[in-house]
Amino acid sequence: MKIISAKKITETVSGLCIKANLDLRNDVLSAIKLARSREKNKRAGNILDAIIANAFIARKRKLAICQDTGLPYVFVELGQDVRIKGDLKNAVNKGIEEGYKKGFLRESIVKEPILRGKAGYTPALIQIDIVRGSKLKLTVLPKGFGCENKGQLKMFNPTAKIGEIKKFIVEAVKAAGPDACPPYVVGVGIGGTADYACLLAKKALLRQVTRSQGQCASLPEGDKVTSRSSKLEQDLLKDINRLNIGPMGLGGKTTALAVNIETYPTHIAGLPVAVNISCHALRSATVTL
Amino acid sequence: MKKMISFLDKKAIAGLRVGDEVFLTGIIYTARDRAHKRLAEAIRKKERLPFNLKGAIIYYCGPAKTPKGRIIGSCGPTTSSRMDEFTLCLLEKGLKGMIGKGDRSGEVAAAIKKYKAVYFLTYAGCGALMASYIRSAEVLAYQDLGPEAIYKLHVEKFPLIVAVDSKGRNIYKK
Repeated sequence: MKIISAKKITETVSGLCIKANLDLRNDVLSAIKLARSREKNKRAGNILDAIIANAFIARKRKLAICQDTGLPYVFVELGQDVRIKGDLKNAVNKGIEEGYKKGFLRESIVKEPILRGKAGYTPALIQIDIVRGSKLKLTVLPKGFGCENKGQLKMFNPTAKIGEIKKFIVEAVKAAGPDACPPYVVGVGIGGTADYACLLAKKALLRQVTRSQGQCASLPEGDKVTSRSSKLEQDLLKDINRLNIGPMGLGGKTTALAVNIETYPTHIAGLPVAVNISCHALRSATVTL
Repeated sequence: MKKMISFLDKKAIAGLRVGDEVFLTGIIYTARDRAHKRLAEAIRKKERLPFNLKGAIIYYCGPAKTPKGRIIGSCGPTTSSRMDEFTLCLLEKGLKGMIGKGDRSGEVAAAIKKYKAVYFLTYAGCGALMASYIRSAEVLAYQDLGPEAIYKLHVEKFPLIVAVDSKGRNIYKK
Protein backbone atom coordinates (compact mmCIF):
# COMPACT_ATOMS: atom_id res chain seq x y z
CA MET A 1 0.00 0.00 0.00
CA LYS A 2 1.35 3.36 -1.05
CA ILE A 3 -0.10 6.62 0.23
CA ILE A 4 -0.12 9.68 -2.02
CA SER A 5 -1.45 13.00 -0.76
CA ALA A 6 -3.85 15.21 -2.65
CA LYS A 7 -1.29 18.00 -2.26
CA LYS A 8 1.34 15.97 -4.09
CA ILE A 9 -1.13 15.37 -6.92
CA THR A 10 -1.95 19.07 -7.15
CA GLU A 11 1.74 20.00 -7.31
CA THR A 12 2.40 17.37 -9.95
CA VAL A 13 -0.52 18.36 -12.16
CA SER A 14 0.44 22.03 -11.87
CA GLY A 15 3.94 21.25 -13.13
CA LEU A 16 2.59 19.08 -15.95
CA CYS A 17 0.36 21.91 -17.24
CA ILE A 18 3.36 24.18 -17.58
CA LYS A 19 5.62 21.53 -19.08
CA ALA A 20 3.01 20.41 -21.62
CA ASN A 21 2.16 23.94 -22.74
CA LEU A 22 5.65 25.46 -22.88
CA ASP A 23 7.89 22.57 -23.80
CA LEU A 24 6.94 20.84 -27.04
CA ARG A 25 7.17 17.04 -26.83
CA ASN A 26 10.54 15.86 -28.12
CA ASP A 27 8.96 13.19 -30.32
CA VAL A 28 6.71 15.82 -31.93
CA LEU A 29 9.60 18.23 -32.47
CA SER A 30 11.71 15.42 -33.99
CA ALA A 31 8.86 14.49 -36.32
CA ILE A 32 8.52 18.11 -37.47
CA LYS A 33 12.27 18.37 -38.05
CA LEU A 34 12.24 15.13 -40.02
CA ALA A 35 9.34 16.40 -42.12
CA ARG A 36 11.24 19.66 -42.68
CA SER A 37 14.25 17.78 -44.02
CA ARG A 38 12.03 15.89 -46.47
CA GLU A 39 9.81 18.78 -47.57
CA LYS A 40 10.57 20.05 -51.07
CA ASN A 41 7.88 22.73 -51.29
CA LYS A 42 9.61 26.01 -50.43
CA ARG A 43 6.72 27.69 -48.66
CA ALA A 44 5.93 24.51 -46.72
CA GLY A 45 9.58 24.38 -45.64
CA ASN A 46 9.47 28.00 -44.45
CA ILE A 47 6.34 27.33 -42.41
CA LEU A 48 7.92 24.25 -40.82
CA ASP A 49 10.95 26.41 -39.96
CA ALA A 50 8.60 28.88 -38.23
CA ILE A 51 6.99 26.02 -36.29
CA ILE A 52 10.42 24.79 -35.15
CA ALA A 53 11.49 28.35 -34.23
CA ASN A 54 8.25 28.76 -32.27
CA ALA A 55 9.02 25.67 -30.16
CA PHE A 56 12.42 27.07 -29.25
CA ILE A 57 11.07 30.56 -28.49
CA ALA A 58 8.37 29.05 -26.27
CA ARG A 59 10.96 27.11 -24.29
CA LYS A 60 13.40 29.99 -24.00
CA ARG A 61 10.96 32.78 -23.19
CA LYS A 62 8.59 30.60 -21.18
CA LEU A 63 5.63 31.38 -23.42
CA ALA A 64 2.87 28.99 -24.37
CA ILE A 65 3.59 27.14 -27.62
CA CYS A 66 0.09 28.15 -28.75
CA GLN A 67 -2.25 30.77 -27.30
CA ASP A 68 -4.93 28.09 -27.25
CA THR A 69 -3.68 26.31 -24.16
CA GLY A 70 -6.50 23.91 -24.68
CA LEU A 71 -9.08 22.06 -22.73
CA PRO A 72 -7.04 20.25 -20.08
CA TYR A 73 -7.62 16.53 -20.51
CA VAL A 74 -6.12 14.56 -17.63
CA PHE A 75 -5.45 10.83 -17.77
CA VAL A 76 -5.04 9.18 -14.39
CA GLU A 77 -3.68 5.66 -14.17
CA LEU A 78 -4.26 4.67 -10.60
CA GLY A 79 -2.59 1.56 -9.21
CA GLN A 80 -5.07 -0.43 -7.12
CA ASP A 81 -2.58 -0.55 -4.24
CA VAL A 82 -2.40 3.24 -4.00
CA ARG A 83 -4.38 5.09 -1.38
CA ILE A 84 -5.10 8.73 -2.09
CA LYS A 85 -5.20 10.92 0.97
CA GLY A 86 -7.77 13.55 0.06
CA ASP A 87 -10.01 14.13 -2.96
CA LEU A 88 -8.42 13.01 -6.23
CA LYS A 89 -10.56 15.01 -8.67
CA ASN A 90 -10.39 18.17 -6.58
CA ALA A 91 -6.63 17.76 -6.35
CA VAL A 92 -6.36 17.48 -10.14
CA ASN A 93 -8.54 20.53 -10.78
CA LYS A 94 -6.64 22.53 -8.19
CA GLY A 95 -3.42 21.55 -9.96
CA ILE A 96 -4.84 22.75 -13.28
CA GLU A 97 -5.87 26.10 -11.75
CA GLU A 98 -2.43 26.56 -10.19
CA GLY A 99 -0.42 25.47 -13.21
CA TYR A 100 -2.43 27.50 -15.73
CA LYS A 101 -2.18 30.59 -13.53
CA LYS A 102 1.51 30.18 -12.90
CA GLY A 103 2.27 29.50 -16.55
CA PHE A 104 0.23 32.54 -17.76
CA LEU A 105 -1.87 30.17 -19.84
CA ARG A 106 -5.27 31.02 -21.23
CA GLU A 107 -8.65 30.77 -19.58
CA SER A 108 -10.51 28.83 -22.25
CA ILE A 109 -13.18 26.87 -20.38
CA VAL A 110 -16.78 28.05 -20.12
CA LYS A 111 -18.81 26.30 -17.45
CA GLU A 112 -22.06 26.48 -19.39
CA PRO A 113 -21.75 25.10 -22.95
CA ILE A 114 -24.90 26.85 -24.17
CA LEU A 115 -25.04 30.00 -22.06
CA ARG A 116 -21.21 30.28 -22.16
CA GLY A 117 -20.40 32.91 -19.47
CA LYS A 118 -16.98 33.96 -18.20
CA ALA A 119 -14.10 31.71 -19.20
CA GLY A 120 -11.92 30.01 -16.57
CA TYR A 121 -9.32 27.26 -16.30
CA THR A 122 -11.42 24.35 -15.07
CA PRO A 123 -13.00 21.83 -14.81
CA ALA A 124 -10.57 19.52 -16.54
CA LEU A 125 -11.78 16.34 -18.18
CA ILE A 126 -10.50 13.56 -15.97
CA GLN A 127 -10.21 10.00 -17.22
CA ILE A 128 -9.39 7.47 -14.53
CA ASP A 129 -8.16 3.93 -15.16
CA ILE A 130 -7.59 1.52 -12.29
CA VAL A 131 -4.55 -0.65 -12.97
CA ARG A 132 -2.43 -3.19 -11.11
CA GLY A 133 0.41 -2.04 -8.89
CA SER A 134 1.19 0.80 -6.55
CA LYS A 135 1.95 3.66 -8.92
CA LEU A 136 0.03 6.72 -9.95
CA LYS A 137 0.59 7.95 -13.48
CA LEU A 138 -0.64 11.44 -14.36
CA THR A 139 -0.82 12.80 -17.89
CA VAL A 140 -2.00 16.27 -18.91
CA LEU A 141 -3.04 16.70 -22.55
CA PRO A 142 -4.06 20.32 -23.25
CA LYS A 143 -6.23 19.89 -26.33
CA GLY A 144 -6.57 22.90 -28.60
CA PHE A 145 -10.04 23.30 -30.02
CA GLY A 146 -9.28 24.38 -33.57
CA CYS A 147 -8.38 20.75 -34.18
CA GLU A 148 -10.77 19.23 -31.64
CA ASN A 149 -13.61 20.74 -33.68
CA LYS A 150 -12.60 18.49 -36.58
CA GLY A 151 -13.15 15.18 -34.79
CA GLN A 152 -15.42 12.59 -36.43
CA LEU A 153 -17.15 9.33 -35.55
CA LYS A 154 -18.69 6.75 -37.85
CA MET A 155 -20.44 3.53 -36.92
CA PHE A 156 -19.57 1.11 -39.74
CA ASN A 157 -21.29 -2.15 -40.52
CA PRO A 158 -19.26 -5.10 -39.25
CA THR A 159 -18.88 -6.25 -42.85
CA ALA A 160 -17.28 -2.97 -43.94
CA LYS A 161 -14.19 -3.29 -46.11
CA ILE A 162 -10.88 -1.90 -44.87
CA GLY A 163 -10.93 0.46 -47.86
CA GLU A 164 -14.13 2.10 -46.58
CA ILE A 165 -12.55 2.68 -43.18
CA LYS A 166 -9.43 4.15 -44.73
CA LYS A 167 -11.53 6.42 -46.92
CA PHE A 168 -13.43 7.72 -43.89
CA ILE A 169 -10.20 8.55 -42.03
CA VAL A 170 -8.58 10.25 -45.03
CA GLU A 171 -11.79 12.20 -45.72
CA ALA A 172 -11.85 13.39 -42.09
CA VAL A 173 -8.38 14.87 -42.59
CA LYS A 174 -9.47 16.36 -45.91
CA ALA A 175 -12.45 17.97 -44.19
CA ALA A 176 -10.15 19.50 -41.56
CA GLY A 177 -8.24 20.94 -44.53
CA PRO A 178 -6.20 24.06 -43.78
CA ASP A 179 -8.21 25.10 -40.71
CA ALA A 180 -6.85 23.05 -37.82
CA CYS A 181 -3.11 23.81 -38.05
CA PRO A 182 -1.63 21.09 -40.24
CA PRO A 183 0.65 19.13 -40.24
CA TYR A 184 -1.62 16.99 -38.11
CA VAL A 185 -1.23 14.03 -35.84
CA VAL A 186 -4.20 11.79 -36.56
CA GLY A 187 -5.53 9.78 -33.64
CA VAL A 188 -7.82 6.91 -34.60
CA GLY A 189 -9.89 4.66 -32.35
CA ILE A 190 -11.36 1.48 -33.78
CA GLY A 191 -13.69 -0.82 -31.87
CA GLY A 192 -15.43 -0.69 -28.49
CA THR A 193 -18.56 1.46 -28.53
CA ALA A 194 -19.31 4.89 -30.02
CA ASP A 195 -18.01 6.69 -26.94
CA TYR A 196 -15.10 4.31 -26.33
CA ALA A 197 -13.84 4.62 -29.92
CA CYS A 198 -13.67 8.40 -29.38
CA LEU A 199 -11.69 7.93 -26.18
CA LEU A 200 -9.31 5.53 -27.95
CA ALA A 201 -8.77 8.12 -30.70
CA LYS A 202 -7.88 10.70 -28.07
CA LYS A 203 -5.58 8.29 -26.22
CA ALA A 204 -3.82 7.49 -29.48
CA LEU A 205 -2.46 11.05 -29.39
CA LEU A 206 -0.51 10.23 -26.24
CA ARG A 207 1.59 7.68 -28.04
CA GLN A 208 4.97 8.63 -29.48
CA VAL A 209 4.59 9.98 -32.99
CA THR A 210 8.03 9.02 -34.23
CA ARG A 211 7.28 5.31 -34.32
CA SER A 212 3.92 3.70 -34.78
CA GLN A 213 3.86 0.60 -32.62
CA GLY A 214 0.17 -0.21 -32.70
CA GLN A 215 -0.01 -0.18 -28.92
CA CYS A 216 -0.96 2.47 -26.44
CA ALA A 217 1.27 2.90 -23.42
CA SER A 218 -1.53 4.57 -21.54
CA LEU A 219 -3.88 1.61 -21.80
CA PRO A 220 -3.96 -0.72 -18.81
CA GLU A 221 -1.96 -3.87 -19.43
CA GLY A 222 -4.95 -6.17 -19.81
CA ASP A 223 -6.40 -3.88 -22.46
CA LYS A 224 -3.38 -3.83 -24.71
CA VAL A 225 -4.19 -5.18 -28.10
CA THR A 226 -1.55 -5.89 -30.65
CA SER A 227 -3.11 -5.65 -34.04
CA ARG A 228 -2.36 -5.16 -37.65
CA SER A 229 -2.84 -1.45 -37.13
CA SER A 230 0.85 -0.68 -37.60
CA LYS A 231 0.68 -1.37 -41.33
CA LEU A 232 -2.63 0.44 -41.53
CA GLU A 233 -1.01 3.45 -39.84
CA GLN A 234 1.77 3.56 -42.42
CA ASP A 235 -0.65 3.16 -45.34
CA LEU A 236 -2.92 5.91 -44.04
CA LEU A 237 0.01 8.26 -43.44
CA LYS A 238 1.05 7.81 -47.07
CA ASP A 239 -2.50 8.42 -48.33
CA ILE A 240 -2.94 11.50 -46.15
CA ASN A 241 0.39 12.97 -47.20
CA ARG A 242 -0.72 12.66 -50.82
CA LEU A 243 -3.61 15.08 -50.16
CA ASN A 244 -1.23 18.03 -50.70
CA ILE A 245 -2.81 20.00 -47.86
CA GLY A 246 0.60 20.72 -46.33
CA PRO A 247 1.58 23.13 -43.54
CA MET A 248 -1.13 25.79 -43.08
CA GLY A 249 -2.96 24.15 -45.95
CA LEU A 250 -0.73 25.84 -48.53
CA GLY A 251 0.51 22.65 -50.17
CA GLY A 252 3.40 20.27 -49.68
CA LYS A 253 3.80 16.68 -48.68
CA THR A 254 3.69 17.26 -44.94
CA THR A 255 -0.03 17.01 -44.16
CA ALA A 256 0.33 14.63 -41.22
CA LEU A 257 3.27 13.78 -38.99
CA ALA A 258 1.80 10.47 -37.87
CA VAL A 259 -1.31 8.32 -37.76
CA ASN A 260 -1.75 6.54 -34.43
CA ILE A 261 -4.42 3.85 -34.21
CA GLU A 262 -5.75 2.19 -31.08
CA THR A 263 -8.08 -0.77 -31.27
CA TYR A 264 -10.34 -2.61 -28.84
CA PRO A 265 -12.68 -5.60 -29.13
CA THR A 266 -16.18 -4.74 -30.25
CA HIS A 267 -19.66 -6.25 -30.81
CA ILE A 268 -20.51 -8.65 -33.67
CA ALA A 269 -23.01 -6.11 -34.98
CA GLY A 270 -20.72 -3.11 -35.21
CA LEU A 271 -17.43 -1.44 -36.07
CA PRO A 272 -17.05 2.04 -34.55
CA VAL A 273 -14.31 4.25 -35.99
CA ALA A 274 -13.38 7.61 -34.45
CA VAL A 275 -10.89 10.21 -35.63
CA ASN A 276 -9.39 12.77 -33.27
CA ILE A 277 -7.15 15.26 -35.02
CA SER A 278 -4.34 17.12 -33.32
CA CYS A 279 -2.65 20.21 -34.68
CA HIS A 280 1.14 20.17 -35.07
CA ALA A 281 1.41 21.53 -31.54
CA LEU A 282 0.52 18.19 -29.97
CA ARG A 283 1.15 18.78 -26.30
CA SER A 284 1.20 16.41 -23.34
CA ALA A 285 3.33 15.66 -20.31
CA THR A 286 3.41 12.67 -17.96
CA VAL A 287 4.76 11.92 -14.51
CA THR A 288 4.59 8.64 -12.58
CA LEU A 289 4.47 8.88 -8.79
CA MET B 1 11.62 41.04 -52.26
CA LYS B 2 8.94 40.95 -49.60
CA LYS B 3 6.55 43.88 -49.40
CA MET B 4 6.22 46.13 -46.36
CA ILE B 5 2.88 47.69 -45.49
CA SER B 6 1.78 49.92 -42.63
CA PHE B 7 -1.92 50.45 -43.30
CA LEU B 8 -4.50 49.40 -45.83
CA ASP B 9 -5.38 52.31 -48.05
CA LYS B 10 -6.66 51.89 -51.60
CA LYS B 11 -3.20 51.85 -53.08
CA ALA B 12 -1.76 49.30 -50.64
CA ILE B 13 -4.75 47.00 -51.13
CA ALA B 14 -4.53 47.21 -54.91
CA GLY B 15 -0.85 46.25 -54.69
CA LEU B 16 -1.51 43.02 -52.80
CA ARG B 17 -1.86 39.83 -54.82
CA VAL B 18 -2.91 36.43 -53.59
CA GLY B 19 0.15 34.49 -52.40
CA ASP B 20 2.22 37.61 -51.66
CA GLU B 21 4.26 37.52 -48.49
CA VAL B 22 4.19 40.87 -46.71
CA PHE B 23 5.30 42.41 -43.44
CA LEU B 24 2.94 44.68 -41.55
CA THR B 25 4.07 47.46 -39.24
CA GLY B 26 1.14 49.29 -37.70
CA ILE B 27 -2.02 48.89 -35.66
CA ILE B 28 -4.26 45.82 -35.58
CA TYR B 29 -7.20 44.88 -33.36
CA THR B 30 -7.85 41.41 -32.00
CA ALA B 31 -11.38 40.04 -32.16
CA ARG B 32 -12.62 36.46 -32.10
CA ASP B 33 -15.94 34.70 -31.70
CA ARG B 34 -17.68 36.60 -28.94
CA ALA B 35 -16.20 39.99 -29.81
CA HIS B 36 -17.53 39.46 -33.34
CA LYS B 37 -20.95 38.62 -32.00
CA ARG B 38 -20.94 41.84 -29.98
CA LEU B 39 -19.61 43.98 -32.82
CA ALA B 40 -22.28 42.63 -35.18
CA GLU B 41 -24.93 43.26 -32.56
CA ALA B 42 -23.69 46.83 -31.99
CA ILE B 43 -23.82 47.47 -35.74
CA ARG B 44 -27.35 46.10 -35.93
CA LYS B 45 -28.46 48.34 -33.07
CA LYS B 46 -26.57 51.28 -34.60
CA GLU B 47 -24.48 51.66 -31.42
CA ARG B 48 -21.05 53.22 -31.24
CA LEU B 49 -18.24 50.75 -31.91
CA PRO B 50 -15.16 50.49 -29.67
CA PHE B 51 -12.88 51.39 -32.59
CA ASN B 52 -13.25 52.88 -36.01
CA LEU B 53 -13.68 50.08 -38.53
CA LYS B 54 -12.84 52.29 -41.51
CA GLY B 55 -9.56 50.97 -42.88
CA ALA B 56 -9.06 48.77 -39.82
CA ILE B 57 -7.34 45.39 -39.64
CA ILE B 58 -8.76 42.69 -37.38
CA TYR B 59 -6.62 39.82 -36.07
CA TYR B 60 -8.57 36.67 -35.16
CA CYS B 61 -6.76 36.00 -31.94
CA GLY B 62 -7.36 35.39 -28.24
CA PRO B 63 -3.98 35.78 -26.54
CA ALA B 64 -2.77 33.76 -23.58
CA LYS B 65 -2.10 35.76 -20.40
CA THR B 66 0.77 38.21 -20.40
CA PRO B 67 3.70 36.96 -18.30
CA LYS B 68 5.36 39.51 -16.02
CA GLY B 69 7.83 41.70 -17.89
CA ARG B 70 6.46 40.81 -21.32
CA ILE B 71 4.34 42.82 -23.76
CA ILE B 72 1.93 40.00 -24.48
CA GLY B 73 1.58 36.25 -24.08
CA SER B 74 1.36 33.65 -26.81
CA CYS B 75 -0.85 35.11 -29.57
CA GLY B 76 -1.26 33.15 -32.80
CA PRO B 77 -4.30 33.18 -35.10
CA THR B 78 -7.51 31.24 -34.53
CA THR B 79 -9.69 29.55 -37.19
CA SER B 80 -11.12 32.30 -39.41
CA SER B 81 -14.16 30.47 -40.76
CA ARG B 82 -15.91 30.75 -37.40
CA MET B 83 -16.01 34.50 -37.97
CA ASP B 84 -17.54 34.20 -41.46
CA GLU B 85 -21.13 34.75 -40.38
CA PHE B 86 -20.22 38.11 -38.78
CA THR B 87 -17.78 39.35 -41.42
CA LEU B 88 -20.12 40.85 -44.02
CA CYS B 89 -21.47 43.60 -41.78
CA LEU B 90 -17.94 44.51 -40.67
CA LEU B 91 -16.76 44.83 -44.28
CA GLU B 92 -19.80 46.97 -44.98
CA LYS B 93 -18.65 49.30 -42.20
CA GLY B 94 -15.22 49.72 -43.73
CA LEU B 95 -13.09 46.86 -42.37
CA LYS B 96 -10.19 46.40 -44.79
CA GLY B 97 -8.02 43.60 -43.44
CA MET B 98 -8.45 40.32 -41.61
CA ILE B 99 -5.71 38.06 -40.29
CA GLY B 100 -6.34 34.45 -39.33
CA LYS B 101 -5.84 30.84 -40.32
CA GLY B 102 -7.65 28.59 -42.75
CA ASP B 103 -10.15 29.14 -45.56
CA ARG B 104 -13.14 31.50 -45.79
CA SER B 105 -16.62 30.91 -47.14
CA GLY B 106 -17.42 31.76 -50.74
CA GLU B 107 -19.72 34.48 -49.45
CA VAL B 108 -16.90 36.15 -47.49
CA ALA B 109 -14.47 35.86 -50.41
CA ALA B 110 -17.07 37.55 -52.66
CA ALA B 111 -17.59 40.30 -50.07
CA ILE B 112 -13.83 40.85 -49.83
CA LYS B 113 -13.87 41.46 -53.58
CA LYS B 114 -16.94 43.70 -53.40
CA TYR B 115 -15.56 45.92 -50.61
CA LYS B 116 -11.95 45.78 -51.85
CA ALA B 117 -10.47 44.28 -48.70
CA VAL B 118 -7.84 41.61 -47.99
CA TYR B 119 -7.69 38.40 -45.97
CA PHE B 120 -4.26 37.38 -44.69
CA LEU B 121 -2.84 34.26 -43.13
CA THR B 122 -0.13 34.23 -40.53
CA TYR B 123 1.84 31.39 -38.92
CA ALA B 124 -0.70 29.10 -37.30
CA GLY B 125 0.06 27.36 -34.05
CA CYS B 126 3.07 29.61 -33.49
CA GLY B 127 1.82 31.90 -30.72
CA ALA B 128 5.20 32.33 -29.02
CA LEU B 129 6.79 33.38 -32.30
CA MET B 130 3.95 35.80 -33.10
CA ALA B 131 4.39 37.50 -29.72
CA SER B 132 7.86 38.56 -30.81
CA TYR B 133 6.40 40.87 -33.49
CA ILE B 134 4.30 42.86 -31.05
CA ARG B 135 5.59 46.14 -29.69
CA SER B 136 2.64 47.18 -27.53
CA ALA B 137 -0.67 45.74 -26.42
CA GLU B 138 -3.65 47.16 -24.56
CA VAL B 139 -7.15 45.93 -23.88
CA LEU B 140 -9.43 48.30 -25.74
CA ALA B 141 -12.91 46.89 -25.11
CA TYR B 142 -15.00 43.97 -23.88
CA GLN B 143 -12.61 43.29 -21.01
CA ASP B 144 -15.21 41.01 -19.42
CA LEU B 145 -14.61 38.54 -22.25
CA GLY B 146 -11.11 37.78 -20.95
CA PRO B 147 -9.05 36.32 -23.80
CA GLU B 148 -11.85 37.27 -26.19
CA ALA B 149 -11.56 40.98 -25.37
CA ILE B 150 -10.51 43.41 -28.09
CA TYR B 151 -6.81 44.24 -27.85
CA LYS B 152 -5.17 47.08 -29.71
CA LEU B 153 -1.78 45.83 -30.89
CA HIS B 154 1.11 47.73 -32.39
CA VAL B 155 2.97 45.24 -34.54
CA GLU B 156 6.32 45.45 -36.28
CA LYS B 157 7.21 43.41 -39.36
CA PHE B 158 4.34 41.06 -38.60
CA PRO B 159 4.56 38.31 -41.27
CA LEU B 160 1.51 37.80 -43.48
CA ILE B 161 0.52 35.85 -46.57
CA VAL B 162 -2.27 37.23 -48.78
CA ALA B 163 -4.93 34.50 -48.86
CA VAL B 164 -7.84 36.38 -50.50
CA ASP B 165 -6.98 39.54 -52.41
CA SER B 166 -9.20 42.46 -53.42
CA LYS B 167 -9.95 40.75 -56.74
CA GLY B 168 -11.43 37.84 -54.80
CA ARG B 169 -8.63 35.42 -55.70
CA ASN B 170 -8.28 32.74 -53.02
CA ILE B 171 -5.05 30.92 -52.19
CA TYR B 172 -7.02 27.76 -51.37
CA LYS B 173 -8.97 27.69 -54.64
CA LYS B 174 -6.41 27.14 -57.33
